[in-house]
Amino acid sequence: MKTLLVLECRGGRLREESYELFAFAEALGGERAMVLIGGEGAVPKASRRLYLADAARYGEYDPDQHAKIIVEAARREGSDCVAFVHSSYGWDLAPRVASALGAAQVSEVLGVKEGAFEVGCCNGKLRRTMATDTERVVITVQGGAFLSWEEPSGSPEIVAVEIAAEPPRIELVGYEAAEAKTVDLGSAEVVVSAGRGIGKKENIPLIAELAKALGGELGASRPVVDAGWLDHSHQVGSTGQVVRPRLYVACGISGAIQHLAGMKGAEYVVAINKDKDAPIGEVADVLVVADVVQFVPALTARMQQYAMTG
Amino acid sequence: MKILVCIKQVPDMECRFRVNGAGTWYEEGDLAFRINEYDEYAVEQAVRLKEQLGGEPEVTVLSIGPDRVQESIRKTLAMGGDQGVHIRDEAAATKDPWQIAALIASYARGKGFDLVLTGMQSQDRGSAQVGVLVAEMLGYPCATTLVGFSYDDGVVTARRELEGGTKAVVRFRLPAVATCQLGLNVPRYPTLPNIMKAKRKEIEAIAVSSLADEPRRAGTRLLYLPQKRGSARVIEGEMSSQLEELVEILKTKCASTR
Ligand SMILES: Cc1cc2nc3c(=O)[nH]c(=O)nc-3n(C[C@H](O)[C@H](O)[C@H](O)COP(=O)(O)OP(=O)(O)OC[C@H]3O[C@@H](n4cnc5c(N)ncnc54)[C@H](O)[C@@H]3O)c2cc1C
Ligand SMILES: Nc1ncnc2c1ncn2[C@@H]1O[C@H](COP(=O)(O)O)[C@@H](O)[C@H]1O
Repeated sequence: MKTLLVLECRGGRLREESYELFAFAEALGGERAMVLIGGEGAVPKASRRLYLADAARYGEYDPDQHAKIIVEAARREGSDCVAFVHSSYGWDLAPRVASALGAAQVSEVLGVKEGAFEVGCCNGKLRRTMATDTERVVITVQGGAFLSWEEPSGSPEIVAVEIAAEPPRIELVGYEAAEAKTVDLGSAEVVVSAGRGIGKKENIPLIAELAKALGGELGASRPVVDAGWLDHSHQVGSTGQVVRPRLYVACGISGAIQHLAGMKGAEYVVAINKDKDAPIGEVADVLVVADVVQFVPALTARMQQYAMTG
Repeated sequence: MKILVCIKQVPDMECRFRVNGAGTWYEEGDLAFRINEYDEYAVEQAVRLKEQLGGEPEVTVLSIGPDRVQESIRKTLAMGGDQGVHIRDEAAATKDPWQIAALIASYARGKGFDLVLTGMQSQDRGSAQVGVLVAEMLGYPCATTLVGFSYDDGVVTARRELEGGTKAVVRFRLPAVATCQLGLNVPRYPTLPNIMKAKRKEIEAIAVSSLADEPRRAGTRLLYLPQKRGSARVIEGEMSSQLEELVEILKTKCASTR
């Protein structure tokens, strides 16, 4: 396999996640090169060939032109695999590149097993291996699935890439920073989170009471925030906060990969879920199979009692 | 204005999945099916745009799959879609995103759709490919992962969700494809009168054989349950004994955080 790793630049800097592609390429074996639409400040620490196009000219986000640049690099390098991080940049570009290369695409790869790509399915409840019928393949790699313990080092051999610049069809107007946090979950010792399984907004206080009884902060999964039951500063996950508490209690949360990305660094995880097979069980230390709406208030009462009597 | 919304019917993720005998897919018999969550946001966005423009746009909702997908199409018609298109395909589950996109593009080509909305990804397969591929095939620009959408005079200003809560504001002209992320809006529940009205709306059934067929590029070799790492201690049974067990654990955990 000759793999081309597509690195990402945002705000003039290399996104750290790009380094996960090296560990993926390691698992896959074979030769590798890199491509980046970025500037001086984003050049990776790696001693491989780097096809570099100038973000000042093509923009940091212009999917049509970025796809063309990546395809050009893949042609020059003779790559038979093009790998992206499964990120907002990667999943946006990968199908465009696959389409131009006539390649199969396999999304969110979490393993390489006997030469086949392993991916999740149905919210992590199932797994599958994929077979491709094309000469070339485009991959997006699940964040956190391939980690390398080596400190990146080296400096690349740079090859400049240019294409005929065109006005963008999708114009980047600017970035909007994340809303100011009103709750700092990042430093909390205990986080108790509410998931969709709590059923309705009126049940939020049940989870908040447990958080209080355990001396912790209140977190949430995304649907709880999207539904407006809690504001975004409570959200745990890849598009929310990353928490590292000593104790994490997940109430009615299935354990989707984007949620796990925010809490898998917790020391001890308790899940309360009516579904014994919920994927949260994969990272939990304890899975209580119960209805949160009944179980949580009873648990809170017991913990309050314990706090009073010691 | 003509809007096309693509919806997929997926299993309810809370169901218990069993792998079929050949080990290549899950048994469908024991599952309940519903609209892919992401696609509900797409339907809602189309209906909101229609309302904004005084009811002028025509909203077509399309789904590829076996006969049961008509129930899902019907639900979106109760949310405000004008008409349904059912591309009848018993083998839809074995098709890859490339093939699904080719069917959608083959249907849409030449029909003058100004806006095509899809979900950002399907919950069962999570490939996040179909919308972008449809755009490539139709030659439309495509904006993905939208959490904000506003339309004015042929131009869409949208917010794309990036990582960690950051967003990118982007602007594009119609015709275009947009893929919808969770939280883009709050999808409505159909009201009873609208459910009744939807019964009279048309769902056109089209045989998959009448559309352009593309060869498969990627397929499932094996489907299996993830190996349990078996680390979780599962506490089942009577609530009182469950409480007993958990409280003992939490006492030690909380003591160590004090
Ligand atoms: C790009 C992207 C970014 C994302 N970012 C995030 C993120 O930052 N954070 C995040 O959380 N998600 C994120 N998501 C969404 C994620 O994929 C899941 O959809 C989400 O985490 C599911 O939340 P949930 O577990 O609360 O709901 P569900 O998946 O619906 O699970 C509900 C759970 O509750 C259980 N349950 C139901 N009723 C009861 C009851 N009465 N008692 C006990 N248990 C019950 C069910 O068995 C189920 O396991 C993102 C998705 C994408 C595509
Ligand atoms: N069988 C289908 N019928 C109609 N639309 C589909 C189908 N499969 C996927 N889509 C659309 O494509 C989006 C992305 O799907 P995927 O690429 O499979 O993750 C979904 O959210 C739907 O909007």
